[in-house]
Amino acid sequence: MLRIEEKLKILADAAKYDVSCSSSGSTRKNKGGVGDASASGICHTYTEDGRCVSLLKILLTNHCIYDCAFCVSRKSNDVKRAAFTVEEVVDLTMNFYRRNYIEGLFLSSGIFKDADFTMERMLRIVKKLRQEERYNGYIHLKTIPGASEELIKEAGLYVDRMSINLELPTEAGLKLVAPEKDHESVKKPLAFVKDQIASFKEEKKLIKHTPIFVPAGQSTQMVIGATPENDFEIMQVAHDFYKNYKLKRVYYSGYIPINNSNSLLPQIGSAPPLVRENRLYQTDWLLRFYGFQLDEILNPQHIHLDLDIDPKLSWALRNPHFFPVDVNTADFNAIIRIPGIGRQSALKIVQARKFGRLHIYQLQKMGIAYNRAKYFLQCVDTPFILGSPSMEHVRHAILSAGTRHNQRKVVAGQLTLF
Amino acid sequence: MYYLFDGTYLGFLCCVFESFERKEFPITPLVHTDYQIALFAETRTIVTDNRKALRVQKGLQKRVGNVEAMDFYRAFLSEDRKAWLASFFILHQIFNGRADIRQHYGNDQVLYFSQILKKVSRERHRMKAFIRFSKSSDGLYFALVEPDFNVLPLISDFFRKRYADMPWLIYDMKRKYGLLSDMRQVGEVHLSLKEVQGAAAPSIAIALDERDELFQHLWKHYYTSTNIEARKNMKLHLQHVPRRYWKYLVEKK
Ligand code: SF4
Repeated sequence: MLRIEEKLKILADAAKYDVSCSSSGSTRKNKGGVGDASASGICHTYTEDGRCVSLLKILLTNHCIYDCAFCVSRKSNDVKRAAFTVEEVVDLTMNFYRRNYIEGLFLSSGIFKDADFTMERMLRIVKKLRQEERYNGYIHLKTIPGASEELIKEAGLYVDRMSINLELPTEAGLKLVAPEKDHESVKKPLAFVKDQIASFKEEKKLIKHTPIFVPAGQSTQMVIGATPENDFEIMQVAHDFYKNYKLKRVYYSGYIPINNSNSLLPQIGSAPPLVRENRLYQTDWLLRFYGFQLDEILNPQHIHLDLDIDPKLSWALRNPHFFPVDVNTADFNAIIRIPGIGRQSALKIVQARKFGRLHIYQLQKMGIAYNRAKYFLQCVDTPFILGSPSMEHVRHAILSAGTRHNQRKVVAGQLTLF
Repeated sequence: MYYLFDGTYLGFLCCVFESFERKEFPITPLVHTDYQIALFAETRTIVTDNRKALRVQKGLQKRVGNVEAMDFYRAFLSEDRKAWLASFFILHQIFNGRADIRQHYGNDQVLYFSQILKKVSRERHRMKAFIRFSKSSDGLYFALVEPDFNVLPLISDFFRKRYADMPWLIYDMKRKYGLLSDMRQVGEVHLSLKEVQGAAAPSIAIALDERDELFQHLWKHYYTSTNIEARKNMKLHLQHVPRRYWKYLVEKK
């Protein structure tokens, strides 16, 4: 028998490649027990790699009957195996939660025996937490591809979020490294849960006491850089999944080489594509919160995101006719398209200009990245430049003015996204 | 002109009241114990009168609504004298009929006020995140903190709702008071010097639950295991978890 400490080490280590640690989006309240959901989520600490630690993220077991080449838990990998008991997971969750270490549990698992056997065990854990421990904190359950709809439906009554990972962005990529898997077995449960969420919501309108069902919605994850998909393909897939399955989040996880046994995958020692990963998140953000259409950022002519500059700046440089935007008259949706101005600053600008037209010194104080934005905006005292500078020149000026700053931005950008 | 008050929010509101009553503006609100008062400066001592404070609060709520009225309490808890000054300026504008002054981000005072609110809110959020309870042998979950601002009043509700079925204590080491919940209600507690010293070294003074150390230990293990070495980024890490918080974080101790 392994000691609990060693199990935790193995099963946390194997679970960490799932990048999602979000605890947001649920509305669960504390009804006479312990715990509730915080609408915007809470990161209780951060790892040394700068990622949010919100949930106790563990596998129930890393035993697995499958052999997906990109996964540490795959059957043929020579790693130590462990499995928690139902009681151990419950005990750990409750004691970490009561000490305010975590917002809740993120439970996933390797597949031992078969999908339903594994799923049934996971269901027992979430049920015990809710019913016996009267625990109302967050639960994210990664469902097992191939599990029966009855089990998934029952689990949905107890968990806040469900996810099921696409793993590789395209079916072709998946077939290369995990021939036993396919996207269909991901799409089916996603669609099933989506429909269930919708019908529970309908019912709630009629019957007040309808229980909540997966209140924080569904998410998925794609591994980036393991297989040769380009950014356009990746974002197209993400876009379709947001639309077709009403996903709350799509996560992009830069592939971290874990072995050299599969020659198709990046080998140990190659750096994970962190900048690219960040650019994908930025694009995702622009599509969801900044009113951009996918084809404005990526299209058959531009299939790769620029690694040196963020996608908004890149779009701006390709579309000089859109600029300069006059911040004293333009509407909000135009202002948020200016590189260096975010939604919050844009809101401030729109409110502040009611008190008088804005000057440069005021904009500078409002927390916008003026040195970048200045090429694209106009305010009262913007100096008049004869013949606007070429976008090539602007790109160069921004890059050389802030090489170091820009690089820091790359990193800083991640924090707002995780 | 300096207005000296007792350091409570009610006292602060009374400064607003008096300043209008006496038509004295601008004034600088300070606490009796502030040492930065210039020696020969003109000062007026403001006596806290709950009815006057309430009138200001009611008037404020009527003009800007309850939510925005709360912002002034939040800014007050920053204990930042410059923020108090900015509050004063804004309150004057509001009571002079400019209820929308808060949107005037081109103005330095308004901008400063909104920035301080953001900082207070961040600290409040951090306390929700960084508080670490230890369990004592008699079942009390207790935590020590030293927040940058006086945010305990702002997190009381959060912890009351979340940990409704267990007794807990959160103690502010800097401001020497705490929140204690007995599962029915949350009250303020002030510990004696001896008790505080005891709490500072809880392992000696407070007997811990026999499994408390185990879970601290497991949490540290988990924290290390969940890190991905290939992605290491200490700069980002420190940005999220500044060093000054480490001494109360189990996983960073
Ligand atoms: S089925 Fe899941 S756990 Fe098993 S090898 Fe594939 S990805 Fe890993």
